[in-house]
Amino acid sequence: MALDKNQIAQRIAKEVKDGYYVNLGIGIPTLVANFVRNDIDVEFQSENGILGMGPFPYEGEEDPDLINAGKQTITAMKGASFFDSATSFSMIRGQHVDLTILGAMEVAQNGDIANWKIPGKMVKGMGGAMDLVASADNIIVAMMHTNRAGASKLLKECSLPLTGVNCVKKVVTNLAVLEIKDGAFHLLERAPGVSVDEIKAATEGKLLFEGTVPEMVF
Amino acid sequence: MITKTVADVQTACEGVKNNMTFMLGGFGLSGIPENCIAELVRLNITGVTCISNNAGVDDFGLGLLLQKRQIKKMISSYVGENAEFERQMLSGELEVDLIPQGTLAQRCRAAQSGIPAFFTPAGYGTEVAVGKEAREFNGKMHILEHAFKADFGFVKAWKGDTAGNLIFKGTARNFNPNMCGAAKITVAEVEELVPAGTLDPNDIHIPGIFVQRIFQGEKYEKRIENLTVRTRE
Repeated sequence: MALDKNQIAQRIAKEVKDGYYVNLGIGIPTLVANFVRNDIDVEFQSENGILGMGPFPYEGEEDPDLINAGKQTITAMKGASFFDSATSFSMIRGQHVDLTILGAMEVAQNGDIANWKIPGKMVKGMGGAMDLVASADNIIVAMMHTNRAGASKLLKECSLPLTGVNCVKKVVTNLAVLEIKDGAFHLLERAPGVSVDEIKAATEGKLLFEGTVPEMVF
Repeated sequence: MITKTVADVQTACEGVKNNMTFMLGGFGLSGIPENCIAELVRLNITGVTCISNNAGVDDFGLGLLLQKRQIKKMISSYVGENAEFERQMLSGELEVDLIPQGTLAQRCRAAQSGIPAFFTPAGYGTEVAVGKEAREFNGKMHILEHAFKADFGFVKAWKGDTAGNLIFKGTARNFNPNMCGAAKITVAEVEELVPAGTLDPNDIHIPGIFVQRIFQGEKYEKRIENLTVRTRE
């Protein structure tokens, strides 16, 4: 069975290690925070200016001066700090953030990513995504394997305007965990009950695997 | 002591004209200069270029100026859920320069600190890099970006004093400190204006030298764009 969005987030949460500073993008990445083990110390950075982001506030305790990059009301954890936007991107550009998790419309087999614009139809803007993908060493893309029309989002080349080049190293979809290296998607894990053939059929880009591909463990 | 206090928002906005370039602080609706925006709407100046991370929502923040077609060009990183912004951009009524958020912040900071240009890796290989000088540093490609030039900067702080010193609150800080001193005239509106000497100098986020005019905003709506809460167990 293909994973739902929460299960994608749950699988990605396993990549979050003790002592990590993590930036979470809007959408599925935001859900990752719900699944991080509570016996490790992790701080979430939101690029609008908080390190040590906590969960949503209790009803009635929301503060318009305390939001995340998705403009959602949030709380601050013990040890949190606030800062201006230039400082925030010093953390990102300066590679002080250990892990970046973001969504995508398309990813290519060379690590290119597109996630900010569909010409003539939809323009949300890149926000902080271009800074994040240009600088981060450790980027995981969280997305569905195919779009609503059923077309693959893991491509030979991106067709949409790029957000960054040669930057994505790992992709977690509703069907698989894949590593990008040497110009190909390397299939590492399958979603429970999803066959390699199904993943092949849903992947337009070059897909490689060795031996028996294990199922994901949560 | 040098005093930066002006009586009200009308005085604070004296000198704004059609076709000027403004910087406006805020991220989403958090930390936006509500009173100055209301005054710009009232003055009905047109043809302006706005440097601001977002353009508010349809009926609040910079969305109010968009509605009245006062804005010729937006320089932002995120359109987001502002339907009128997206509509005017796609129809070509509004010029839009979408740039990476960190580049936006750094272009403000460069203007504030007398640095004319800088190299950043953000946007290399994308349409953001078109027409810009690219150069390799430490094995990685970067593009040349320039400091902003603006006529007025409108920022919002939590507390300020009559000397123009500012303290921000929570994530309402965002671009506000980076825009102080980045335009020819910086106008700061604050929720609470106190006499100089009241604030502890250790607590000041932005020294008054970066601010030309300061006033206490008449009221703050502080609208929440995306209310998210959890239920008590």
